[in-house]
Amino acid sequence: MSLLRRRESRLGWLFVAPATLHLVVFALFPMGFALYISLFKWRLFKDSPEFVFLQNYVWSFTEGPFWNALWNSFRYTAVSVPAGMAVALGVALLVNQKLRGVTIFRTLYYIPAISSGVAVSMLWIYVFLPETGMLNLLLRMIGVSSIAFLQDSTWAMWALAFMSIWTGLGPKMVLYLAGLVGIPQSLYEAAELDGAGKLRSFWSVTLPMLAPTTIFVLITSTIGAMQVFTPVYMMTKGGPENSTDVVGYHIYTEAWVNFNTGLASAKSFVLLVIIGGISLLQFRLMRRQLEGYSAS
Amino acid sequence: MKAFRTLASYLLMLALAAFLMAPFVWMVLVSLHPRKSEIPSIEHLIPHQPQWSNYDFVLRHETLPVARFFVNSAFTAVSVVVLQLLITSLAAYGFARLRFKGRGWVFGLFLGSMMFAGPVTQIPVYLLLRDLQWLDTFMALIVPGVSSAFSVYLLRQFFLQIPLELEEAARIDGAGDLRIYWKIALPLSRAALATAGAFTFIGVWTDFFNPLIFTNTTEMRTLEVGLSIFKNSYGGTNWPLQMTAAVIVMLPLLMVFLFTQRYFVKGITLGSIK
Repeated sequence: MSLLRRRESRLGWLFVAPATLHLVVFALFPMGFALYISLFKWRLFKDSPEFVFLQNYVWSFTEGPFWNALWNSFRYTAVSVPAGMAVALGVALLVNQKLRGVTIFRTLYYIPAISSGVAVSMLWIYVFLPETGMLNLLLRMIGVSSIAFLQDSTWAMWALAFMSIWTGLGPKMVLYLAGLVGIPQSLYEAAELDGAGKLRSFWSVTLPMLAPTTIFVLITSTIGAMQVFTPVYMMTKGGPENSTDVVGYHIYTEAWVNFNTGLASAKSFVLLVIIGGISLLQFRLMRRQLEGYSAS
Repeated sequence: MKAFRTLASYLLMLALAAFLMAPFVWMVLVSLHPRKSEIPSIEHLIPHQPQWSNYDFVLRHETLPVARFFVNSAFTAVSVVVLQLLITSLAAYGFARLRFKGRGWVFGLFLGSMMFAGPVTQIPVYLLLRDLQWLDTFMALIVPGVSSAFSVYLLRQFFLQIPLELEEAARIDGAGDLRIYWKIALPLSRAALATAGAFTFIGVWTDFFNPLIFTNTTEMRTLEVGLSIFKNSYGGTNWPLQMTAAVIVMLPLLMVFLFTQRYFVKGITLGSIK
């Protein structure tokens, strides 16, 4: 028996070996190495590494542009994630009805999410064009004068957040759909017997039962939003007046435009810790809420 | 009342579909306008004479080898999908079906890496590829993608559902684990493999950041990076050609999605909480 066990153990390791090796070489080792690099003052292609210990972290936080980037990412995330989730839940409720042809709509709604980020960014440059753009065309119909969304520092960030709701709808909607299907019908019947209306049973049955889905969607979309890069690179280059210089783009510039290798690594770790912190906080808060529901 | 609700639902769904699809429709229509023409206004959106030659022009562009970008993307995406399915399904089978010491924490490492990779690893991976002299080669485009924690996780969830009785029957017939993996687990998981494969294909095809950093000659660019160069080199002026290029990037994605979309719902939800 123990011989068999040992054989199975060896075989198990053999099965997972290629993927684990890849994980070590392309994820775990690089993470460790990034931490090491972050302790050096080092400009790639320009000079050799000089050990400065935690100085890169100190420099990061004494810098206005880095704070600005953190603040921008925070604004972007705080708007795009909850709004995107609310829209996705609404759409999931809409397409969860037993209607003929509803699956075609579900498929259509998913398409923006599988599209090329660069192509989508090019499309939305047009949508946001002043005067001739699609959005301004709509605004003019309701009597609002033209806005240069991407050229105006008060609007550019919200324009990007708006676009992210469009691109991110599909996957969030599908997750919510799965959550909705998993809610036992008997709960709604019980709520109806207790005299609950549609709205009441949405608040007291649907939302609490969707809490695990909500935690998952909230955490994964926050992680994604805090790292947004392609649309910023394509559409605004961090401008106007650095109003869309989000952390993902800021770190890219630090690493691949200024070649501040050590400093960029330090900043990427700051981002990692912030994302980890937010995720943990969200998980804690939501779980407490979950437990509250299951107790009552 | 019920009929009214149904009607309202359909109207809402149609309006939403129109909102989500409008940019795509616009993209295709503009791509058929004559080259260098102005941005068409809504009334003139439908081209008088569709310029299908724009597609030919972009694919055979004299300064930017768009056809070459296409080949680079296709070769990279297909290689990554095939290799990744093989490597991750082996690992998934190991995690789902075999007991070995350290299984729990190794799998934990996979899950953890899914949460936080992000910008942290970009510089070290670049340096690693540079030391291996893989920068600007297919190795740099393919090798970092041949495994993915997400695919391992997804396939493991499917393998866990295969009934144990099947495995036992095969064992009585004298099949070893490798045979069970190849002859039973994989064929039964065609849907899972299609899901993971489609996610991977779309992920690789639309990846912008890694090819941007890991390649630098025009010949080694992928479509996604090539498209951004195309856009910049036209300075945002030649909209019909830009949109033609965008359609060329999108079409393969759309086709992969349409052929595999019935698995997507299952795949995504398995990748979450269940």
